[in-house]
Amino acid sequence: MLEASHLECVRGNRTIFRDLSFAVRPGDCFRLTGPNGSGKTSLLRMLCGLLSPTHGTIRWHGAGIETLGEEYFSSIAYIGHRPGIKDEFTAMENLQVSIGMRGIEISRKAAASALERMGLGGRLHVPARFLSEGERRRAAIARLAVNHSMLWLLDEVLTSLDRLAVDMIQQLIEDHLAVGGMAIVATHQELNLSSGRSPGIELAA
Amino acid sequence: MIPWFAIPAAILLAVGLYVGLFVAPTDFQQGDVYRVLFIHVPAAWMGMMLYVLMALYAAIGWAWNARASSMMASSLSVTGALFTFLSLITGGLWGKPTWGTWWVWDARTTSTLILLFLYVGFISLQSAIDDRRRADRAGAVLALVGMINVPIIYFSVQWWNTLHQGATIRIASATTTMAAPMLAAWMIMLAACWFYSVAVVLGRLCCIISDREHVEVVR
Amino acid sequence: MLAFFVIIASLFPLGVDPDSRLLRNIAPGVVWFSALLASMLGLGSLFSSDYTDGTLEQMWISPQPRILIVAGKILAQCLSTGIPLVLISPLLALQFGLSLSEMRLLAVSLLTGIPVLHLIGSIGSALTIGVRGGGLVVALIVLPLCVPVLVFGAGRNVPLVGAVLALTLVFAPWAAASALGIVVED
Repeated sequence: MLEASHLECVRGNRTIFRDLSFAVRPGDCFRLTGPNGSGKTSLLRMLCGLLSPTHGTIRWHGAGIETLGEEYFSSIAYIGHRPGIKDEFTAMENLQVSIGMRGIEISRKAAASALERMGLGGRLHVPARFLSEGERRRAAIARLAVNHSMLWLLDEVLTSLDRLAVDMIQQLIEDHLAVGGMAIVATHQELNLSSGRSPGIELAA
Repeated sequence: MIPWFAIPAAILLAVGLYVGLFVAPTDFQQGDVYRVLFIHVPAAWMGMMLYVLMALYAAIGWAWNARASSMMASSLSVTGALFTFLSLITGGLWGKPTWGTWWVWDARTTSTLILLFLYVGFISLQSAIDDRRRADRAGAVLALVGMINVPIIYFSVQWWNTLHQGATIRIASATTTMAAPMLAAWMIMLAACWFYSVAVVLGRLCCIISDREHVEVVR
Repeated sequence: MLAFFVIIASLFPLGVDPDSRLLRNIAPGVVWFSALLASMLGLGSLFSSDYTDGTLEQMWISPQPRILIVAGKILAQCLSTGIPLVLISPLLALQFGLSLSEMRLLAVSLLTGIPVLHLIGSIGSALTIGVRGGGLVVALIVLPLCVPVLVFGAGRNVPLVGAVLALTLVFAPWAAASALGIVVED
């Protein structure tokens, strides 16, 4: 379980948010909402360990994430604005590389089925530069299907996706929550999840 | 605080120059030209010392997130570069009458030239990065890498020099017996340089602070 | 990058007197200098594409130690672009009229020294991700730091180059990782 207490974020001269506290428990899909510039991305990056809060602590199972370091990293999966897809590789290769970087071995079959699940069945061996924005996003999200991370941190993953793709992702998240996983999702759009609680916070501008 | 340094700097400079130019006796070997060394040597020392100071301030600013320290480093960089440049020019001015050439590729001059390049690299890196915080920290990494490198660079240039034994000229070392006024002049000039540096660096620091923090700094 | 290396090294004699004794004397220096320039060209953008497509972030939060990832990238770059330079250097040495043993010595010095160029270049590349003036700033930062390698390499003193390599192997990945951290943890 993830606990954040009294988080503060100061970028340049602006205080983006302060005194933010919340907890995310297994089975939760925690929603971050708020207008552009309210700090959703900054908060997610903080929760990833990519940004240090100017004040406050983030704890994973009781221990601070700075001390946990790599142990924490192996429990999370992050998809940010830039999805981490290399143009020169195919969707398949991208998936294999990003999973490999986490030290997990998967078979080609498993990788292929994850990509098919995201609707990229016919585009497995096409270099990513020829994929559309939405297809690239889906290729990145396919990582989540084979990742086995407990905590998913997703930043605006639903943008530029059609209704079908949005449904796919919702299903993916629901399945994840059902086995005790957690997700923190920043989104403008509505997530209709049939299972699990949906706590959230709204960040002010 | 700056006037406290600026005025002594001006006085020391005047005194130093007077002693150097008029009181110190004419060196029987090199004639009056050697007086350029009164500027050249302190300038060279300042160039090196300010680099180390700059690297230290930058490192402190990075490690302890101290903006003022980083700004100090940025301010030092320009003065250090100027002193290094000055030492190269005055070195040439001294070299021409003494050795017959404006420039010679020996260990010390070449290393000083590379020190100037290191300064230029630092300054251009900081000016190329728009985000101030990132510029501060990037500069710190660069300055530290440079500082570790300087002994290696000096050693390598010295080795290179012995390999290609071109000019067999060596800079007259300080083992020549120095008359008291000469030594005094050198020390005074060095002190003048230090006071000047402090005054100028602090002045630039005020500008940097008011630029970055959007506040007026009361002098 | 290979083509660039060959072109500048080959163009050198055109700028100077093609007297064979002169060429033989300046050959190691010219080849080394060309290697330096060619490496600068290729290294400037070592990390920038990773930064723009988000892969750098993913590397940063992966469970693998960061230094290993950085070192791995540098190694890959070195193997793919650096080694070809070493392999083609005998051809250039021929152009300058070097003897077989001199050729071999030059190649060995390049083999030991080019990794150093890549290691130092990676620090410059990490510091200048997404920065205005790109390649120029990288060159300004990195070239002074490469002086020892240039001097020892062109002087064909392989043990000294090896010493610099050992030192750089220890410090450079750490420095590059710190520099990357500055960019990622913005």
